Amino acid sequence: MIQNIVINGLINGSIYALLAIGFSLIFGVARIVNIAHTAFYMLAAYFIYVGFQYLGMSPYVAMPLAVLAVGVLAIICYKLFIDPIREHEAAVLIATIALAMVIQEALLIGFGGHYLGVPPLIQGYAEIVGVKVTYQHLLALTVALMALFGSWLFLMKTKLGLALRATAQDREVANLMGMNEARVAMLTMGISAMIAAIAGAIVVPLFVLDPHMWMHPLIMMLAIVVLGGLGSMKGSFVGAYIMAFAEVLVVFMVPMGSFLKGSVALSIMIVVLLIRPEGLFGIAFEEER
Amino acid sequence: MKKRHMVWSILAVFWFVVSICFPAWAADEIKIGVIGPMQFTQGEGHWNGATLAAEEINKKGGVQMGNASLPIKLIKVDSNEFLSVPDATNAIELAISRHNVHFLVGGFRTEAVLVMQDIAMDNKKIFIGCGAAHPKLCERVKEDYDTYKYWFRVTPINSRFLVKVDFILLGMVAKIMAKQLNIPKIKVAIVAEKAVWADPIVGIAQKNLPKMGMEVVGVWRPSPVATDVTAELSAIQQSGANIIFTTFSSSVGITFAKQWGELKVPAAAVGINVEAQKDGFWAATGGKGNYTLTINTYARVKITDATIAFFDTYRKRFKEAPNYTAGTYEAVHILADAIEKADSLDPDKIVPMMEKTDRMGTAGRLVFDETHDVTWGPRYVTAVGTQWQNGKNMCVWPLNWEGITYEGTVPYVIPPWVVDAYKK
Repeated sequence: MIQNIVINGLINGSIYALLAIGFSLIFGVARIVNIAHTAFYMLAAYFIYVGFQYLGMSPYVAMPLAVLAVGVLAIICYKLFIDPIREHEAAVLIATIALAMVIQEALLIGFGGHYLGVPPLIQGYAEIVGVKVTYQHLLALTVALMALFGSWLFLMKTKLGLALRATAQDREVANLMGMNEARVAMLTMGISAMIAAIAGAIVVPLFVLDPHMWMHPLIMMLAIVVLGGLGSMKGSFVGAYIMAFAEVLVVFMVPMGSFLKGSVALSIMIVVLLIRPEGLFGIAFEEER
Repeated sequence: MKKRHMVWSILAVFWFVVSICFPAWAADEIKIGVIGPMQFTQGEGHWNGATLAAEEINKKGGVQMGNASLPIKLIKVDSNEFLSVPDATNAIELAISRHNVHFLVGGFRTEAVLVMQDIAMDNKKIFIGCGAAHPKLCERVKEDYDTYKYWFRVTPINSRFLVKVDFILLGMVAKIMAKQLNIPKIKVAIVAEKAVWADPIVGIAQKNLPKMGMEVVGVWRPSPVATDVTAELSAIQQSGANIIFTTFSSSVGITFAKQWGELKVPAAAVGINVEAQKDGFWAATGGKGNYTLTINTYARVKITDATIAFFDTYRKRFKEAPNYTAGTYEAVHILADAIEKADSLDPDKIVPMMEKTDRMGTAGRLVFDETHDVTWGPRYVTAVGTQWQNGKNMCVWPLNWEGITYEGTVPYVIPPWVVDAYKK
């Protein structure tokens, strides 16, 4: 049973981590609480479905195209809906809720409430220490870990990554140093949406597509970033695995209450916050700033 | 001059009162409100079934009432009840007060239908339920006939009978597996989505399976919208279950079937899986849902002489097999027959005619019982068991059950990987 918990926890944790890191990035850099973040994740999944099902594309072609398309769309949305009201944080929050709802309703009109799916890229399963794991899950884990590593490399080793981190540290000083803060925020929006889209591309062969599929990951993602410390990438990473392992533990330890897995994970978040209100890495993050 | 004004005024008031109080007298068409979650498959089934029936009736000249023949006009009413029960109450109010529908067919979620039923009854509108299975909806007719006599249910069968069929299917598969794979005592894993409607089924299963000679190895209750059940499936495999007794009405049915087939879990999946009733199930699971067995209302077998023709017409027209909410097809036909017999649009005259209904419908012989519920049993509506066999949803039950076998029914097939697992 321990093997099951480890393997399932790693896979779910990696997908949550991808979502949470993108969310943290845009919050850290631009102070935008982007509720539409998981709607972009959903949108990528639908783009891939359309490319595969209607346009006859190979999923290998549809996936990068979808990630790119979501990035561009996110930048357009940013310019149209967020940029004009950026100084009003509450208004931005509400605007992103509205944006997510618009995406949801548009998909509902376009595809109805039908549950859709994309076949796995690789068929079959492997047995790892006696646990059956589908190749698609292993692929998802590998791609998620690669994407996480790629994000880290991008932030730590590139000029743009440095600009993002500098802006996250202090917007005003970054501006004074000649960085175009507004442009950095716009790019960050695109990049964070693309990270969410990668998560969408990873899950599309595993999950069922429906216009409400953005809700559950949104709740988990918000819980993860709060648990890890708002805006802290390291916190998001660690928080994602804590939440994922908590969920998997519930399924294995309390099968009758497997529907409670989300609630238990959220309860853990509350307990952590009671002990450490700033989240796991909140102080470190504040110090960084 | 004053007198003439007075006469005109009285005539105007009279005309107004007559047109308000007796709308049916002035009707030149019969308006039927088709109410359901129109953005979802269930609502589409409601609308499609009713559309086919209305077109058939109108093609023959409409509903004969006296010397006139009135065409049927369907009004699409989106209840949005999947997402919001209050939306459903607003929708039915709108249908009655703004669209002035004469009758209503449809409804899906019990919580929403209970409220909609009250509104329809208050307005003395005949409402034929085609989606919610809860017994309470029909028990109300018996408890307070004068108020609820305008309610009838055509589909699905009462949830008590759904459970009965559920256990018959489980018993059938257990028998086949025990015989073909030499399993002395069948072990069953109960997997039911965490929803109110599934709770009694879990309770009954836990109580009854030991009496049926089976062992319950565990109960798993994933969320109705769970996107990953690999953890549950791993735990089930470890429990040594031979059969997974499923109770799903939501998207988790697809997730479960997809991952069950992908991981080749060595246990047969039997029970209720609403998503497996649809043609889209095969594509949604990428074919991994093969060998899933579920209760169903329609299958392309000769349940009655009308079934196959209806099934083919429906599929040709809507590119989808009819689901149980497409029973609105029967509801509209029953209404039309009753209106002709009553020769009136007065609901109090139509209700007695509907109570006498005995129709060879597309899902079986339709007769209402004393609670205005569709009668279940051999030679009435039975429901069917359908299993996905290589891309086709085949009818596997009834097969020699109470002397009933529908022409076109095939034997149940144990998933090959389950057979392989027991041969090793």
